Amino acid sequence: MRAGAALLACCWAVTALAGDVRAPRAFLSPELRTLQDDPARHPGWLWVEQGEALWRAAPPDSGKQACAGCHGDITGMSGVAARYPAVAADGALLNLELRIERCRTEQQGASAYGYESEALLSLTAAIAARSRGQPVNVRVDGPAAAKLADGRLLYSLRQGQLNLSCQQCHEENVGKRLRGDVISHGLGTGYPAYRLEWNGVGSLHRRLRACSLGVRAVQAPFGSPDYLALELFLADKARGLAVEAPGIRR
Amino acid sequence: MTVRWAAPVVAACLLALATAGASEVVPFQAAGDTIEQPLRGLSGDAVRGALVVKNRETGNCLICHAIPDRTERFQGEIGPPLAGVGLRLTEGQIRLRLVDPTQVNPRAIMPAYHRVSGLTNVDARYAKMPVLGAQEIEDVVAYLASLKE
Ligand code: HEC
Ligand code: HEC
Repeated sequence: MRAGAALLACCWAVTALAGDVRAPRAFLSPELRTLQDDPARHPGWLWVEQGEALWRAAPPDSGKQACAGCHGDITGMSGVAARYPAVAADGALLNLELRIERCRTEQQGASAYGYESEALLSLTAAIAARSRGQPVNVRVDGPAAAKLADGRLLYSLRQGQLNLSCQQCHEENVGKRLRGDVISHGLGTGYPAYRLEWNGVGSLHRRLRACSLGVRAVQAPFGSPDYLALELFLADKARGLAVEAPGIRR
Repeated sequence: MTVRWAAPVVAACLLALATAGASEVVPFQAAGDTIEQPLRGLSGDAVRGALVVKNRETGNCLICHAIPDRTERFQGEIGPPLAGVGLRLTEGQIRLRLVDPTQVNPRAIMPAYHRVSGLTNVDARYAKMPVLGAQEIEDVVAYLASLKE
């Protein structure tokens, strides 16, 4: 047991040096990892079920179709989350949340749910769950290349009163303790995630706002171009790692 | 009853006092890797300094460092443990490392606690003010200098 822990700690040090990127689940406590893997006990599955119900429901009194009316059963969403964020035909970088909001306003003629609303989080979690275990594979060529470059720049920018960059924590101090947390590679593959601290499911941008606040930097708004660019950069970093959403986090 | 909450109240007042002067950076003279003179000539108090170091709103040093105090859970390990720092460094060296560690090492990860220039995207609530005021810096210097083992 002891030897196992020591060996693990040793591997961590080695891989951190090798500069490769390990999945967020590798940083979870054994208890949380078990919970994340067990939909029957994972509290985030309440959101997934809620989202599946919304998927099948037409907006009331609109005469428009449900998501299922255009897309069929939600099983057809398999693999989608692994490709997001992605650049839309009009050049906008959209993550899964913003893609859903577009369908909602443009296809269903309904009002947007609003970022971080329970409905949008539920639908996002339900769709993302259909890609669980599939390797992240976002496009970073063509129009996405410039967004990726924006993300990379922000990632290495020292910010806030505490003057720290994402990179200083999530590349240079991976595996070390920051108070009660162990610093991971800071990837987005588990989001939307159920966080014990939130007592509910929240988006990646909510997590990013927490990191910004942590260094006392300006918190960008949900869905802002800055966080979208960072989200794409993180997804490129996570290329080949499995989608974990809905994750479970401290 | 009175006795039970007197201590936190006193602590809160001390912190309020300490934060009162926190809004501006005072001039200082660095020589080599030290600032020999106490900021504003203030004298520090090690007991208050320990509170600043542990306080999650102000110093919050324990996100990155460990101190020799077993009652503090979840101490950090990004920076070196602070046990014995009073033997390794002089007060002047400690002072410069708190005020602006980038003057010792331009690539320092540790934030500058008494500097406002050269920062990007600072949240409005903290704009143009150093993390710690002159009195707080002197209190923390006194506390760290007392960590001799
Ligand atoms: C002072 C250190 C620090 C800085 C700077 C920082 N973070 Fe974090 N971040 C953390 C800690 C601690 C956690 C929680 C433990 C973990 O999952 O890594 C975290 C969590 C995350 C997570 C969630 C990972 C998961 O699987 O739950 C993401 C994504 C993330 N950070 C991205 C960023 C980005 C992008 C930036 C810059 C805008 C940034 N962080 C800046 C310390 C930091
Ligand atoms: C974000 C991480 C972080 C925070 C917060 C932080 N430090 Fe540090 N500290 C470091 C690191 C890393 C070093 C090593 C030098 C460097 O690279 O910055 C260091 C070095 C030091 C040193 C020099 C130690 C030696 O043995 O040379 C002292 C003293 C110190 N810190 C005290 C403090 C105090 C007091 C606070 C809070 C008021 C604090 N630090 C907050 C990361 C941090």
